[in-house]
Amino acid sequence: MATTLTLKELSKKEDRFTHGHRMCSGCGAPIVVKIALMATDYPVVISNATGCLEVSSCISEFTAWNVPWIHTAFENAAATLSGVETMYRSLKKQGKFDREVKFIAFGGDGGTYDIGFQSLSGAMERGHDMIYICYDNGAYMNTGIQRSSATPLGADTTTCPAGSVIPGKLRSRKNLTKIMAAHNIPYVAQASPSHWQDLAKKIQKAHEIKGPKFINVIAPCNRGWRSKTNDAIMLSRLAVNTCYWPLYEIENGTTKITVTPKQKLPIVDFLKPQGRFKHLFSPENEGLLTQVQDEIDREWEKLLKEAKTD
Amino acid sequence: MAKVVAVTGNEACANALRQVNPDVCGIYPITPQTDMMQRFASYIADGKVDTESILVESEHSSMSACIGAAAAGGRVVTATSSQGLALMWEMLHIASGDRLPIIMPVVNRALSAPLNIHGDHSDAMGARDTGWIQLWSENGQEAYDNTIQAFRIGEHMDIRLPVMVCLDGFIISHSIERMEYLEDQEVKDFVGPFKNFLPLLDLDKPKSYGPLILTDLYHEYKRAQHEVMTKVKDVVLDVAKDFEKLSGRKYGIFETYRLEDADIAIVILNSAAGTTKDVIDEFRNKGIEAGLLKPRLFRPFPFEEVAEALKHVKAVCVMDRADSFGGYGPLFMEVASALYPLERKPLLLNKVYGLGGRDYLPSHAAQVLTELHEISRSGKVNVLKEYIGVRE
Repeated sequence: MATTLTLKELSKKEDRFTHGHRMCSGCGAPIVVKIALMATDYPVVISNATGCLEVSSCISEFTAWNVPWIHTAFENAAATLSGVETMYRSLKKQGKFDREVKFIAFGGDGGTYDIGFQSLSGAMERGHDMIYICYDNGAYMNTGIQRSSATPLGADTTTCPAGSVIPGKLRSRKNLTKIMAAHNIPYVAQASPSHWQDLAKKIQKAHEIKGPKFINVIAPCNRGWRSKTNDAIMLSRLAVNTCYWPLYEIENGTTKITVTPKQKLPIVDFLKPQGRFKHLFSPENEGLLTQVQDEIDREWEKLLKEAKTD
Repeated sequence: MAKVVAVTGNEACANALRQVNPDVCGIYPITPQTDMMQRFASYIADGKVDTESILVESEHSSMSACIGAAAAGGRVVTATSSQGLALMWEMLHIASGDRLPIIMPVVNRALSAPLNIHGDHSDAMGARDTGWIQLWSENGQEAYDNTIQAFRIGEHMDIRLPVMVCLDGFIISHSIERMEYLEDQEVKDFVGPFKNFLPLLDLDKPKSYGPLILTDLYHEYKRAQHEVMTKVKDVVLDVAKDFEKLSGRKYGIFETYRLEDADIAIVILNSAAGTTKDVIDEFRNKGIEAGLLKPRLFRPFPFEEVAEALKHVKAVCVMDRADSFGGYGPLFMEVASALYPLERKPLLLNKVYGLGGRDYLPSHAAQVLTELHEISRSGKVNVLKEYIGVRE
């Protein structure tokens, strides 16, 4: 039976991602991992792309993982896990293994949107029974805040710095959640650590659906976002309430918005507390700021329509 | 009871894999390997094996999936060629670093650019430093026999390393030869059931595969890989002994042909060795004491044994079907290293032949043997490294 999603019940569960990892104070990623594993009521095998989470959670001879865990390289968490899952199916078919196991891959946005995109797309298309969870902090944070295809328009990173001529990133984010939905897999969702019950519910639901599942979770990085150490939950909530990061799911092609902001806040509320957007508030970048708001409005309207039509 | 068949190298390897019946295989097409794994796919489709295939979207994902599958705990195979092996390069190191006995026939083919689909050894030579064991095969029979033996070698509890079985693209992969198959049950018994070592699917004792290791232990980890390589040779010979009992076919770490009393010798890998042996016979008939050494185990390279086998020879030509541009051919470099400790060394030269499927003709072997014969008399090497069979 699935764990009831109350803090009281969750606190009784064993720690599968334990204390002692070396993620930065205030990082969003370990919160995502903890919630995902708390919402997993099965034995589980984890595949982890190279990145912050991986280098900080398993440094020889210590591991924070209390479940089987494998890291091989940067671009192939999905392919690696597809191998583990295939061996599991083979052994089960041959009567050499009889337990039920779930499979989760974790990758950052670099390892998912960019270098791991092909591997992810291939594994999803092949139909492996797994959940791929992207913790999206909007840049290559592990190597020191370099631009990825998840970096938002206008953001200042070390490879698209806000300079005197170019005001940060000039391209918009790739909408990976929708791209994964276009794979026609049974379940795709977007979630946020601020709405932990919504995230946990999506994980529980995904585990009960056979086949490939993709969940994209925003994961604030105070180092890269140039925000306060204790702002991760506040910022991820603002991401939801400004509709920068809408919470929705697409189940068998049907779109459902799972959390609708009571009041849609202006995007500046999300951008203001983050140093990476500081330059957008200079008078000469007013146009860029308007462009950011316009894009968010347009995407949100599109999503509302899709949810209504479906 | 052996069964005599007329099959291609690809077909023979696919049949060996069928007889072994691995748990998981990665499949991705690339010329000239394609035909091997598509044959294997039809064994799966017809229920002749228990194998689950992963029909990956690239060779990088193929090797990644094979690593995941092997870590999970079971017998894993794939096969590739050329660009596919090059694309796997990153993951080849991880397969060996994680000590996962994945078995992979490599149908040797040239590397781009320019694009060329024909046979040479550039692909496998480019992977010689990846920590994989490499077995090389002269013909379809050897490719079949090596594939079967590879499982026993790689899965040996003292070894646990991945193994490449190399065979020449088209020349062997697509040519029909007479060869002998073992019975299915014989292969099954010879290979034995897969023995697990620290499987990821041992849920009660969770393991972390692939940690970050910094300056404190990485060096020691790599030395352990070096040390295990030193044990491979004995295991290869033990497995070969058992295989000989089963098949009547004798294998060593290399093959010698009329080398014992030779004045001049050619060192050459794979299919070109067959052509060379014929020409050696012709030279012997003319009274010239020629011989051949054909490495089978290239990684780890048996330096001392090669030196011992060649030490009495006056002049040796190492022939490479690959080049290390700006250096010598890769096989030459190993043989030169092997001979260096000898007090009295043979004169040594390096010829690069047959790149991108350029034919290696008996006349090429004759040209090299004639030159070696002259060198053995004059004691003088004119050109140390040279391409032969070039259209000027």
